[in-house]
Amino acid sequence: MDNDRVDQIIDKHNGEASSLIQVLLEIQSEHHWLPKSALERVGERLQVPRTRILHIATFYKAFSLVPKGRHEINVCMGTACHVRGAGRVLDVIEDVIGIKPGETDLELKFSLETVNCLGCCALGPVLEIDGTTHGKMAPGETADVLLNYE
Amino acid sequence: MSEILLEIDGQKVKAKTGMTVLEAAKAAGIRIPTLCYHEKLEPYGGCRLCIVELGAGERKKIVVSCVYLAEEGLVVTTRSEKIDRIRRTIIELYLAHAPDAFELLELAKEYGADRDRFAKEASFCVHCGLCVRYCAEVKKKFAVGFVDRGTRKEISFVPEIAAEECWDCKECFPLCPTEALQAAFVLMRALSL
Ligand code: SF4
Ligand code: FES
Ligand code: FES
Repeated sequence: MDNDRVDQIIDKHNGEASSLIQVLLEIQSEHHWLPKSALERVGERLQVPRTRILHIATFYKAFSLVPKGRHEINVCMGTACHVRGAGRVLDVIEDVIGIKPGETDLELKFSLETVNCLGCCALGPVLEIDGTTHGKMAPGETADVLLNYE
Repeated sequence: MSEILLEIDGQKVKAKTGMTVLEAAKAAGIRIPTLCYHEKLEPYGGCRLCIVELGAGERKKIVVSCVYLAEEGLVVTTRSEKIDRIRRTIIELYLAHAPDAFELLELAKEYGADRDRFAKEASFCVHCGLCVRYCAEVKKKFAVGFVDRGTRKEISFVPEIAAEECWDCKECFPLCPTEALQAAFVLMRALSL
């Protein structure tokens, strides 16, 4: 992400230090991670020390300081999904893409995370890819769903 | 600033409005144990060692004296069976992280804390924040900060800033109740050379 784009995002928030989290969230959602150069720019423009930015960027799970895959998979491990076999769904995903939760594959195709309850327990086991919810996942079907992503 | 009168451990104590209970006690020569307090820094309330009891009889409540403002007529108790018990547990928890920290071992002696009560998880840092806050508030350099959260929270130097500022300063070193800070600094230097 180039500095011009970072500047645009900052300008949108009038360069206010109190908008730090909003600015970081926007960079994150556009770029899928927070590169060092962007954080430095944000620090300079908002006049926020780097220690504070790093504290926030490492505190919230929504932020990533390492590159993320093109597609973000969230597997629900909440109670309802858990009892309906989310563990096996996760196993299949781990097998198919070869990564564990919190990781990204080498081609930067997928990033995998687990979450606790996506709020649609009746559809469990649930997984979410790039914001699209896939419900009632049988372990067998899971591999097919992943094939739809490039 | 007007004067207020309160009672600490049965002693009449004068304080000024805006003073915390801890500061009022200190001014009167009454010692309350602290770990994260530093007179040059903003009150933090992180370590919870400085808890005291307010009120008398049935209606006592426990407050954190380094962030609780002194009030007219307050009745404060700095030691009781309950306070000692809580402090003991806090010390024991810290010792699980920094088993050989001199300051903690001294406190353990005073409160009869068992160094080995909890399984050791030596992370050395007890998150008092003295180094982080001193660097930010007094030196205004922001060379060291906290990263991550919960059980993974730790201090971290910003190598670019540390390379310029820390070598000739190191004023935070003696503040650290454990040796975590110095270890982190040495490690950071080793990694960035
Ligand atoms: S490194 Fe030391 S001074 Fe800094 S937060 Fe940890 S225990 Fe406190
Ligand atoms: S537990 Fe999975 S959606 Fe609620
Ligand atoms: S000295 Fe009051 S909480 Fe640490």
